[in-house]
Amino acid sequence: MKNIINKKDVEYVARLSRLKLKGEQTEKFTRQLNTILEYIEKLNELDTSKTEPTSHVVPLRNVRRKDFQKPSPTVEEVLKNAPDKERGYFKVPPIIE
Amino acid sequence: MELHKSTAHELHNLLVEKKISSLEITTSIYERIEKLDKKINSYITLTKESALQKAKGVDKKISKGEEISSLSGIPIAIKDIISTKEIRTTCGSKILSNYIPIYDATVIEKLKKADAVILGKTNMDEFAMGSSTENSAYGVCRNPWNISTIPGGSSGGSAACVAADFAPLSLGSDTGGSIRQPASMCGVVGLKPTYGRVSRYGLVAFASSLDQIGSFTKDVRDTAIILNIIAGHDSMDSTSVPEDVPNYTKHLINNAKNLKIGVPKEYFIKGTSKEVEKTILNSIETFKKLGAEILEISLPHTEYAVAAYYIIAPAEASSNLARYDGVHYGYRTKDEGRGARDGDISAIVDMYERTRDEGFGDEVKRRIMLGTYALSSGYYEAYYLKALKVRTLIKNDFDEAFKKCDVIITPVSPTPAFKIGEKISDPLQMYLSDIFTIPVNLAGLPAISLPCGFSSEGLPIGLQIIGKPFDEGKILQASYTFEQNTEYHLKKPKLN
Amino acid sequence: MEYEPVIGLEIHAELATKTKLFCSCSTKFGASPNSQVCPICMGLPGVLPVVNEKAVEHMIITALALNCTITRQTKFDRKNYYYPDLPKNYQISQQYFPFAKDGFLEIKLLGDEKKKIGIGNIHLEEDAGKNIHLENGKASLVDLNRTGIPLVEIVTKPDLRSPEEVEIFMDTLRDILLYTEVSDCKMEEGSLRFEANISVREKGQTHLPPRVEIKNLNSFKIVLLAIKHEIERQTKMLEKKEKVLQETRLWDEEKQITRLMRSKEEAHDYRYFPEPDLPPLFISEEEIEKIKKEMPELPNVRKERFITKYRMNEYDSRIILSDKETADFFEECLKLGENVYPGTSIFSKDIANWIAGPVTRYLNEHNTPLSKTQITPQYLVELISLVNKGLINQNTAKNILPEILEKGKAPQEIVKEKGLIQVTDEEEISQAVDKILKENQQVIDDFKKGKTNAFSFLVGQVMKSTKGKANPQTVNKLLKQKLEIL
Repeated sequence: MKNIINKKDVEYVARLSRLKLKGEQTEKFTRQLNTILEYIEKLNELDTSKTEPTSHVVPLRNVRRKDFQKPSPTVEEVLKNAPDKERGYFKVPPIIE
Repeated sequence: MELHKSTAHELHNLLVEKKISSLEITTSIYERIEKLDKKINSYITLTKESALQKAKGVDKKISKGEEISSLSGIPIAIKDIISTKEIRTTCGSKILSNYIPIYDATVIEKLKKADAVILGKTNMDEFAMGSSTENSAYGVCRNPWNISTIPGGSSGGSAACVAADFAPLSLGSDTGGSIRQPASMCGVVGLKPTYGRVSRYGLVAFASSLDQIGSFTKDVRDTAIILNIIAGHDSMDSTSVPEDVPNYTKHLINNAKNLKIGVPKEYFIKGTSKEVEKTILNSIETFKKLGAEILEISLPHTEYAVAAYYIIAPAEASSNLARYDGVHYGYRTKDEGRGARDGDISAIVDMYERTRDEGFGDEVKRRIMLGTYALSSGYYEAYYLKALKVRTLIKNDFDEAFKKCDVIITPVSPTPAFKIGEKISDPLQMYLSDIFTIPVNLAGLPAISLPCGFSSEGLPIGLQIIGKPFDEGKILQASYTFEQNTEYHLKKPKLN
Repeated sequence: MEYEPVIGLEIHAELATKTKLFCSCSTKFGASPNSQVCPICMGLPGVLPVVNEKAVEHMIITALALNCTITRQTKFDRKNYYYPDLPKNYQISQQYFPFAKDGFLEIKLLGDEKKKIGIGNIHLEEDAGKNIHLENGKASLVDLNRTGIPLVEIVTKPDLRSPEEVEIFMDTLRDILLYTEVSDCKMEEGSLRFEANISVREKGQTHLPPRVEIKNLNSFKIVLLAIKHEIERQTKMLEKKEKVLQETRLWDEEKQITRLMRSKEEAHDYRYFPEPDLPPLFISEEEIEKIKKEMPELPNVRKERFITKYRMNEYDSRIILSDKETADFFEECLKLGENVYPGTSIFSKDIANWIAGPVTRYLNEHNTPLSKTQITPQYLVELISLVNKGLINQNTAKNILPEILEKGKAPQEIVKEKGLIQVTDEEEISQAVDKILKENQQVIDDFKKGKTNAFSFLVGQVMKSTKGKANPQTVNKLLKQKLEIL
């Protein structure tokens, strides 16, 4: 197996993804991601220097809506699923310490 | 009368003829679910109370002589990845275990308008990531044909519940084969429409450029009926296409003459089971006998589809799943008060990490990391942009092929249903089981999985028929013709 | 050694739309928390964005006003980062195909020198919500009302060389955004926000040293303070041969300094990629032409015209062009002056003087915009014409102005009601002068001794005795004549 992504890369990626990995998990994911990335290297067999990327498979464009206001749901509905709330706000642990 | 075995159109006729009420149908289906779904685990949430209410309402309409839609009073199951107002929508994940949407997906609005009776929400791989419905926070779903095997995935619950007669039909979603592969493994009809044909508004996003809602039914007629209801342009979905929606039941024509069927040589590869290969070749023979013209075609970039897909889908997923962070809805860690563990992160980041660590399963984490890596600084061009270019090549392959044929026939899956646990520890092997379905999503095409035979162990095998963009009609015609001339769709698993 | 600062700005302006960029929630400022929020802007699972056409229109106007090349196929990208006021944890923005690029804004420096400030690109994106940090430090609160409001981000090239240039640039840009009604530019409501990139180098050099980014600049005043402080800080470092690092700093309102942003986060890695939920926008030539036709004349162009065509002075032009409404008022008055009172001596100069003078003074004293008063172009022209025809004098006109502004009464009517028509009859004025001269022998003596203010005192007394209605020129003339023969 190739070493395309190392433990440090995995830790960096986990942090970017807001996932905290525990000791063994990092090693397991490093191993599995390497297997997958090695398979993905297959793509390099293809010359795509003259190929345009496809980000949208259906050739739509210019989808726009009118600037018409519609009523918003009530604050109760908006906060219905909130894990924590206070005085009409979503409540979270301190952002700035 | 065994109501649970009936198709939607059969039930519709019984309702119109007033031989039976919607309440009776709904009640009898729930009885069966309550008795037997313990074995299968196809539902995550049942909505019996509101369903019975709805059934009674439809019965009232019928008794008043009001005209009813083709799905009025017909029970339907919904994959738990489609947003249902006031009905918990978990996506098979712990992170949404307490999430109750405040809005309906467009397809749900359409079903409600058609007076369909929503039975409940079906089991699935977490956030549709998986091919076996083993990655569910609500327990493994089993294949009604053999409960030691998987039902396929990710829409395993939606496929299994139709196969087990726990619903006459159901909705699923398909990003890389998540409708067709379980349909094939459970011996039911599964259609993934063209990307943009059915509104994605309210379909919880896995990979936005690939996801599409589709159906599971017991026969092709029901596929046409439900597509009539759910297809169409939606102003809430910028990627939904303003194309006319034909009456799909008009395409149910038993005629394969003049039908040009392409058979891509790249889809008959080593790794495909002999039984599957033989069954597909038999089906092609059937079409030939029915007067179809069979052409060998080439889709030369097929072997790169899985690799491209496993960059594009995880990349989009890593962004789509960023919103599950315990702030506005869904699960939040119980440990939030503990604050930062190791000085270098703030309390809010600590909350995010704990919530996501506890809320997501391994497969979801794996794909989020894979996608994040592919998009991260310095890798975007080598991975993501490269994959988008290969996507162009794959799409071009199909465009070329469809200059010569009307539909393309391939296997759905290289093997029939495999054993529970068989591939769970080897992600790459699991990914490769979608090798025949993934190219279709990359190209945004419509495709169906149709029962076409059984393995020596009695497990169903599916036939994939791929159509041109927005040409679901042709797929339906080919499928209907095949179904009318074979009996595979009539065989039922024995559950009791 | 002489140093010079190299400054670039990033400006975020909220676009003046009724609804948010991707959903139909209201954008009104000041609503109670989370009352202008829907499944789409709160990023509930399964929702999708649809672009507001008005925002696109505003973007085209902005691009034209800033002389940018509009990207024909413009696309949206996702910018990924975690923050509680960003419910999807990605912002829909534009990275790879921004709306428009390579433009400039010409600013007029002191002494009539002109300078083009390059615009790197402008792009459309959604705003984030607001976080409130509880004082006890135990929690933060999140309000999503602002989440999803359309923003235009304008990125200048590092072409600014002094805080003075920055100030003129900001003024000019704000005038344009206000004028074209693209944004209400209310900094106190967060509609207009700035970030600055600053570096300092030896004068004459052309390389770009590592730049320091300053965030959290919430008013024009703060932008300038922060820039001045940062220039000083970096200059001092260079003088001490210290190395200035590329970093992000915040303006510390309390200490009035910039300080290093405390960050527990890793370096930003935004992982931009094309937004799969939004097809590209195609901006056609016809669409651009249509908007060009409907676009108001830009303030800087209009100013040039006012100065050359009407020979308006710099001071008057700045006041009259400070907002579109006043400038439109001015032009309306001009039109009326030419059409309604042909042959009368209504000159642009008079109108400019009145608007920049008494009217503006009144507005400033009462802290009210022109639109909130009752005056119409017709009334102002009428008032000026009354003066020019000699029917009332300048003072009377100024005295009745508040009544016109407040009650919307026609000047003619006020003059008639109060009997303010100017007395021009020499006989009548002569009698009044005689009377005053009789009563003020002492003042006459003073005048004869050479006290000049004695004369103005006498004029004042005559005016007072005629209740201000006497023609001041006649009063002057008669007084002079009579004093000479006394």
